[in-house]
Amino acid sequence: MGEVDMSNAVEVTAPMASSDAARETKFHTRGVQVFYGEKQALFDVDLDIYENEVTALIGPSGCGKSTYLRTLNRMNDTIDICRVKGKIELDGTDVYSDKIDVVHLRARVGMVFQKPNPFPKSIYENIAYGPRIHGIATGKEDIDQIVEESLTKASLWNEVKDRLDEPGTGLSGGQQQRLCIARAIAVQPEVILMDEPCSALDPIATARIEELIDELRDNFTIVIVTHSMQQAARVSQRTAFFHLGDLVEVGETGKIFTTPQDQRTQDYITGRFG
Amino acid sequence: MTDAVMTDVQTPDQMRRDRAARASNAVRRSLKKRYAAEARFRAYGIGAVGLALACIVVLFSTIISSGLPAFTQSAITLNVELKQDVIDPEGTRDKSTLINANYRKLVFDTLLAEFPEVTGRRDKRALTAILSSGAAFQVQQLVTSDPSLIGQTLELSLPVAADFDLYNKGVINKGTAESDRRVSDQQMAWFDTLKERGIIESELNTTFFTNADSREPELAGILGAAMGSLFTMLVTLALSFPIGVCAAVYLEEFAPKNRLTQIIEVNINNLAAVPSIVFGLLGLAVFINFFGLPRSAPLVGGMVLALMTLPTIIIASRAALKAVPPSIREAALGLGASRMQVVTHHVLPLAMPGILTGTIIGMAQALGETAPLLMIGMVAFIVDIPGGITDPATVLPVQVYLWADSPERAFVARTSAAIMILLTFLILMNALAVLLRKKFERRW
Repeated sequence: MGEVDMSNAVEVTAPMASSDAARETKFHTRGVQVFYGEKQALFDVDLDIYENEVTALIGPSGCGKSTYLRTLNRMNDTIDICRVKGKIELDGTDVYSDKIDVVHLRARVGMVFQKPNPFPKSIYENIAYGPRIHGIATGKEDIDQIVEESLTKASLWNEVKDRLDEPGTGLSGGQQQRLCIARAIAVQPEVILMDEPCSALDPIATARIEELIDELRDNFTIVIVTHSMQQAARVSQRTAFFHLGDLVEVGETGKIFTTPQDQRTQDYITGRFG
Repeated sequence: MTDAVMTDVQTPDQMRRDRAARASNAVRRSLKKRYAAEARFRAYGIGAVGLALACIVVLFSTIISSGLPAFTQSAITLNVELKQDVIDPEGTRDKSTLINANYRKLVFDTLLAEFPEVTGRRDKRALTAILSSGAAFQVQQLVTSDPSLIGQTLELSLPVAADFDLYNKGVINKGTAESDRRVSDQQMAWFDTLKERGIIESELNTTFFTNADSREPELAGILGAAMGSLFTMLVTLALSFPIGVCAAVYLEEFAPKNRLTQIIEVNINNLAAVPSIVFGLLGLAVFINFFGLPRSAPLVGGMVLALMTLPTIIIASRAALKAVPPSIREAALGLGASRMQVVTHHVLPLAMPGILTGTIIGMAQALGETAPLLMIGMVAFIVDIPGGITDPATVLPVQVYLWADSPERAFVARTSAAIMILLTFLILMNALAVLLRKKFERRW
């Protein structure tokens, strides 16, 4: 990634989003505030996530982008001192209301984490676990099929098809992350949240994951948090810039990187801070 | 002097070089000190380890050397005629007749026949003291289990009384004044004669492994206490493992972190530090006096020890649960597993080796515990091998305590032998814990 000069605007290679009229809103969030104890981490974030599109969340460390991401599938629930306010709707239903069960929500909104975290079980079991607990597949044949499909979609099938019984933790870092993506798509979610999925990977593994994200866009809505502006530019159609808990600017990725409206965005993408 | 001062004026470059040289010298000087300190510290460490090892060697060698004699037992081989007119004069083969027959007379007569010159009542009694009271019992067992033997003459190997066993092993010898020992010169002479005739021999003390406690050292065995320990441990495990693991899982995975759980946490740690005799008193007051459970039973002993083991298991289990990386929990939660599924499918299996290690160590602690069991009556003298958790029983460490307290000299060796058996079990359990830890070391 060193080939990009930080002082200039980043070259945009990702395809532009399909026309506005065709886009369906997947997540509709208004006035999202998150508190960790007394400390407020997010201030009134209004953001829409559109279907079959990659939305990138960028910003300096501690700006609240991961916090925002984790409100979308209520992963913040696991933190005792965390409180969330505001409206977060998935297909028009508030995810914090009683109408949505958190287990069901997470089945619909999958997640891939910063560090590859396969279960210390076989590759096969890693993929089969989700469909099994949700009862999506019963019987060995169905599960076999899901495992193959998911691994193929995550472009990992050819590398691991002969060693499905080996532990998932024995794969390389990049393969592990693709395994985690395969594990997420095996549950057939509608949205996949990715929290800096490439930060622990080398450039080649990163490139493969980015290709994969682009392919997955046809079937899934993807929200990705990234530290790398080049990555945001390469894989996303829309980009949201967070700074100190505020959503500063959101728009077409091309526009954000070429003609940012806000001075802070301008400073960030040209490398003056962060 | 002034000249010297003048030449001390240096250029900045010289000053810098000078400072570097001084620093380097200081480092060199301090190096020596540091290495000396390191060598000293290492010597202390080696000394400490050496001392500990020496203590263990001394402990084990004394226990083994004084315990080994207990594994052999002198026996006398006699041709006992199972006379019909002594055992069953009416020939009814009635069970109670067979049980109550005078077998003592049979074996005593056989022994007396070896020394026809002994006639006086007192001498006869002194001579028959060579035989253990278990000899008659052994013949009784033989006859009642197979009455067809009556009338035959059998070559039997019968146990020798403990004092003569000790004489045979050289523990009692002529070095002590006759009035100060339990075997008289005359008895020694008879015993020596028997030995010359080749009918006294030393054999493996199987009685020790198959009998429960007895007043006669040569008939006392460890099996009763071992079974008591086994039943007690089973009760302890059955109670403390599930309760301990459930408590640990709840506190670690589900409980909100508030003042109440903090107080609970502190008190679990306090519980681990409560002297064990207090648990014994609690068991006496609550389980026996209030709930009316049987005294001296492994059931109550196991319940008391479970109370004592619980904090150990809870603390070890919580540590093991905490050691499971949060990324595994997040991965499962992110897939839509419920909290229960996260725990049972992922966290608990990964924490299990640590939990088992903690449990085994807690059980080993409970196996060696004596004080609380004294309070609930497991210190009783029990001749029957317990057959269940409500039978009166004693346990290995209490057996050691009982035998150490016995006046008979022959119990000295048996005390050490019992300690050896107890230590063997403890070492086996700890080895199992180490093995588990090695086998399932972190796999993520």
